[in-house]
Amino acid sequence: MLDVAVVGAGPAGLAAAVHAADAGLSVLLVDAGTQPGGQYWRHAEEREPEGGAIQAPAGQHGWKRFVGLRARLYAHESSGRLTYWRGTQVWLVETGGAGVVLHLTSTLDVPGSAPAKLPGTESARRLILCPGGCDRQLPVPGWDLPGVLAAGGAQALLKASGTAAGRVAVVGGTGPFLLPVAAGLAGAGVKVAAICEANSPAGWLKNLRGAVQAPEKAVEGAGYAAALARHRIPYRVRTAVTEIHGTDRVEAVTMSKLGPGGAVLRGTGRRVPCDVVALGWGFTPQLDLVLAAGAGTAVDVDGSLVAVADARLRTTVQGVSVAGEATGVGGAAMAVAEGELAALCVAAESGGASAATAALGARIATLQRQRARMRAFALAMHRANPVPGRWHGWLAPETVVCRCEEVSYGELCRAHDELGAADARSLKSFARPGMGWCQGRVCGYATASIAAALAGRPFAGPTAAEDLRSMAKRTLAAPVPLGQLAAMVPDGAAPPRQQPLTKETDHDHR
Amino acid sequence: MPDLQLFLDGVPLAARPGQTLGAALTDAGIVSWRTTRNARRPRGLFCGIGVCFDCLLMVDGVPNQRACLTPARDGMALRTGADEAQEARDA
Repeated sequence: MLDVAVVGAGPAGLAAAVHAADAGLSVLLVDAGTQPGGQYWRHAEEREPEGGAIQAPAGQHGWKRFVGLRARLYAHESSGRLTYWRGTQVWLVETGGAGVVLHLTSTLDVPGSAPAKLPGTESARRLILCPGGCDRQLPVPGWDLPGVLAAGGAQALLKASGTAAGRVAVVGGTGPFLLPVAAGLAGAGVKVAAICEANSPAGWLKNLRGAVQAPEKAVEGAGYAAALARHRIPYRVRTAVTEIHGTDRVEAVTMSKLGPGGAVLRGTGRRVPCDVVALGWGFTPQLDLVLAAGAGTAVDVDGSLVAVADARLRTTVQGVSVAGEATGVGGAAMAVAEGELAALCVAAESGGASAATAALGARIATLQRQRARMRAFALAMHRANPVPGRWHGWLAPETVVCRCEEVSYGELCRAHDELGAADARSLKSFARPGMGWCQGRVCGYATASIAAALAGRPFAGPTAAEDLRSMAKRTLAAPVPLGQLAAMVPDGAAPPRQQPLTKETDHDHR
Repeated sequence: MPDLQLFLDGVPLAARPGQTLGAALTDAGIVSWRTTRNARRPRGLFCGIGVCFDCLLMVDGVPNQRACLTPARDGMALRTGADEAQEARDA
């Protein structure tokens, strides 16, 4: 059994794995991607064994830090101290025994893409979950048209292969992440017709105390301001994309001014032609494995469901720690600090040669102070960029809320009005939002928020947490081939067959 | 490195080494390659990072593969309309 398993090789997981190995622990690292870096440090295919590309590619921040962590990761892998399963997802985590058992499956099924000799399970004494997050989405009429992308999706195309998603883009939502997405698109030759920011930068000023705690962020922000000016990108505040037009692909958007609470001001709509729309309303931490492990969760300031963690980043489940966005959205620098903090705490608690030294304790204290400072900044950002409380105002009855099962806002309203669905769980059972391929990863927040609005209660506190939890709980944390499930079932019993949860590999039919 | 040659429903599609299928399709100006089960609406990339499963297509006979994650390989045969293929098998 290994000392510690780390899930995720983004900023938090990479730091956790490297620092755990540095501290002398045997480490298992599991990551869905084929290369380390996660979403933040997504990069072009590495052509050298050691990764190459020391020069920062366009749009990358903290690249030197990434290159350093990656070199240490590969060194630990070569020495055998660290086992790194790339292209691999954890679909089930078992806790409660002497350690944790992770059930593994390959991310891709195409022949030749799965990692060779991937074991069905791996065990470790401790687990550090670093699952990261993805763009939070709010449905808007027409958001299911091809050409509408998550802001992070538009950026992923740029970072991985320099692919521009189209010719003319509108970037919309809220938060500082809209800026690098717009700057990246403009840098790739896309005309950015507008950035629609639902909030106002004045919100920044009110929360300046938090913002000045993290000066490197201010420097980054100044860089984007220069890029916006250079590319003449209009930055529209208190403005949202309230409708997306097109028949079989995006042709234009309507952007409207927002009033108090984010209410759409009628008559302010302006049509803007475009072929790409990039949308992001902050981030949603990926809590699949946190919930699967049975760890406690709560609603953060930004309305996201996050893992409850103590100052040593331990969850409420024995042996399971968490780092990065899953503790509360805070960005890459905070994720790196948390990854190291979680790893050093595990090392200190594991005993062994280098454990419990004064230096280790001092470093942990330093990281805890850093974390507190970065968290203050994150809170300021969240307070300056809230999801508009009255965003439901731009929904039409026929607007798709759940993209997978094609459930409309009108159907959710009927489930409430006619069937009495008063929370997300009953909306889900009556109208099926969140029951398709993505299992509510995209529509979970929106459905929970709509449930509260339909029931006439504020989207906050324990009821909001319960609504979010009921949209985030998944039987399996990743799709797995049926054969893998069948292998777990005792002889004679039939494996569960839940189509949306499993990936038909079809290998048996060929 | 020379371009890779793939086939989308039999039609040649160029890709650069290291590109995902989603990126290659986007570079070719193709924005949708799947039709939804109920409303028969076109879909392509949305989240772009493997979360939403909107960009599914059939790759070398394997159905329901995420175009946004799957790397392009020379000679790959892609088929659009994953939902229909799924329904045909379920029938």
